[in-house]
Amino acid sequence: MASSSELNRLTIAEASDRLRRREISAVELTRACLDRIAAVDSRLNAFITVTEKEALEQARAADHRLSSGQAPALCGIPLGIKDIYCTSGVRTTCASKILETFVPPFDATTIAKLRAEGAVFVGKTNMDEFAMGSSTENSAFGPTMNPHDLTRVAGGSSGGSAAAVAADECLASLGTDTGGSIREPASFCGVVGIKPTYSRVSRYGVIAYASSLDQVGPFAKTVRDAAILLRALAGADPRDSTCSARPVPDYERALTAEVKGLRIGVPREYFVEGMQPEVESSVRAALKQYESMGAKTVEISLPHSSYAIACYYIVATAEASANLARYDGVRYGLRAAAEDNIELNEKTREQGFGAEVKRRIMLGTFALSAGYYDAYYLKAMKVRTLIRRDFEQAFQKCDVIVTPVAPTTAFRLGEKMSDPLTMYLSDIFTISVNLAGLPGLAMPCGYDGNNLPIGMQIIGPQFSEDAILRAGDAFERSGAVTLRRPAL
Amino acid sequence: MALSKITPEQVRHVSLLARLSLAPDEEERIRANMDEILGYIDKLNELNTDGVEPTAQVGDPGMAMRDDVVTNHPDPEAMLANAPARERGYFKVPKIIE
Repeated sequence: MASSSELNRLTIAEASDRLRRREISAVELTRACLDRIAAVDSRLNAFITVTEKEALEQARAADHRLSSGQAPALCGIPLGIKDIYCTSGVRTTCASKILETFVPPFDATTIAKLRAEGAVFVGKTNMDEFAMGSSTENSAFGPTMNPHDLTRVAGGSSGGSAAAVAADECLASLGTDTGGSIREPASFCGVVGIKPTYSRVSRYGVIAYASSLDQVGPFAKTVRDAAILLRALAGADPRDSTCSARPVPDYERALTAEVKGLRIGVPREYFVEGMQPEVESSVRAALKQYESMGAKTVEISLPHSSYAIACYYIVATAEASANLARYDGVRYGLRAAAEDNIELNEKTREQGFGAEVKRRIMLGTFALSAGYYDAYYLKAMKVRTLIRRDFEQAFQKCDVIVTPVAPTTAFRLGEKMSDPLTMYLSDIFTISVNLAGLPGLAMPCGYDGNNLPIGMQIIGPQFSEDAILRAGDAFERSGAVTLRRPAL
Repeated sequence: MALSKITPEQVRHVSLLARLSLAPDEEERIRANMDEILGYIDKLNELNTDGVEPTAQVGDPGMAMRDDVVTNHPDPEAMLANAPARERGYFKVPKIIE
């Protein structure tokens, strides 16, 4: 049993059980997380803002509800929130200078749902500015370090949320995923992360990057915890017209560990040259494990995979150029000194945005500009159809698809910063999933020779979160991988 | 592909459209990045997409609509609290029309 100084190491399922039996209090649990943040976060930089006072108030309120005997699953559970979710009264920066002082007057729907469950928010986590990046190095507040090796990146864009969970600074956290921003950092930090089906979870109050791709989801220490959190997050929202009205299954109850007869597709295009050999061998070993548990593997083809990154960098940047037009220095955020209104817009944006955000706004504006729309934007939307069809055809032959999350384990800080295109290629195995609007689960499946976590991705058809969580949980429970806590 | 050669003039035109001032060194760096990235993106032209419908959305078809009624209550003080400059209940900006 964990001592009081180790309460922060508990999973949601364990903590919820002990809170309910009143063996521990939400205040003790929250205190343990805040103490951990105070002890290690100066080395990790996983948090932009720590909300100690608010968290302890929320914990006291949670204890009150818990003692009444009627408390929801997440009551008293300390969570980290990516700094892209609007949190009423708590600064929300999107890791940008342009929003450095922005205090939202409202909660994102997902935050309101968690608040209603009695969850505790310990702080706002670091990220690539406006979720644009694969390493959390594009943050105006400095990079997040990987808890397994402080000289390496945590992945991105939700790197702070992944690192915070890996380092036991909170029990679980929220991220967002537009091209891999939950799955890649989950893989690099050795935690579980799920990007749900496009439209499964409300995005109201989540600062938009690329609206036809963005989806929000949880990071957790176990697949079960991810299922518990997703159950609380998913569902219709009258404030988000893109959010699906389909009923939300009980994802936790779906975790039967039954994989007999499950057909696992293995795309031949995803095991490519240039991949770190240990990543391939680790994912192949996981496939063998599934076979030993009664699943069948079938080779499949996703022939347009190699076009996904090119397609994404048109679609995403075009949408970003429109979404980020709102940062004009007029109603909130940074305002530069200027003589007239156009200069006010131009100077505010010059001073407020970082290099990668500027690069993507420029690329997206170009792709939508007169004379180039058909050649780039329309072309990319058509290629997106081909990528979507690849998956539709593959799912005729299999129930889920298993791939690596990324071609390598966590790379070194600074290693890819001078070459944007090389950085973009880190998302080669995750981007297609966003383009097709599918759910994807990332979870640890091994370690490389440097003790760095390797991630496996399980992809399913739209709205099959229950199936991919079940497959992930079965692997986790098989005991094929022993998780290593980072030595901090 | 001739299309993907970005000139300094194009960069200046796009930066005006994007309302984004760029310092001269930044302008050149972004031009070079765009050239490289668009060169990579040209691989999309290897694919024949004649007759392929474009995909704009991948969610459930028939997005939910609700009745057009006011559900929030105006709270000007909360809405103006983040304003960089304000005057008498308005956002304040430099003069737009002479």
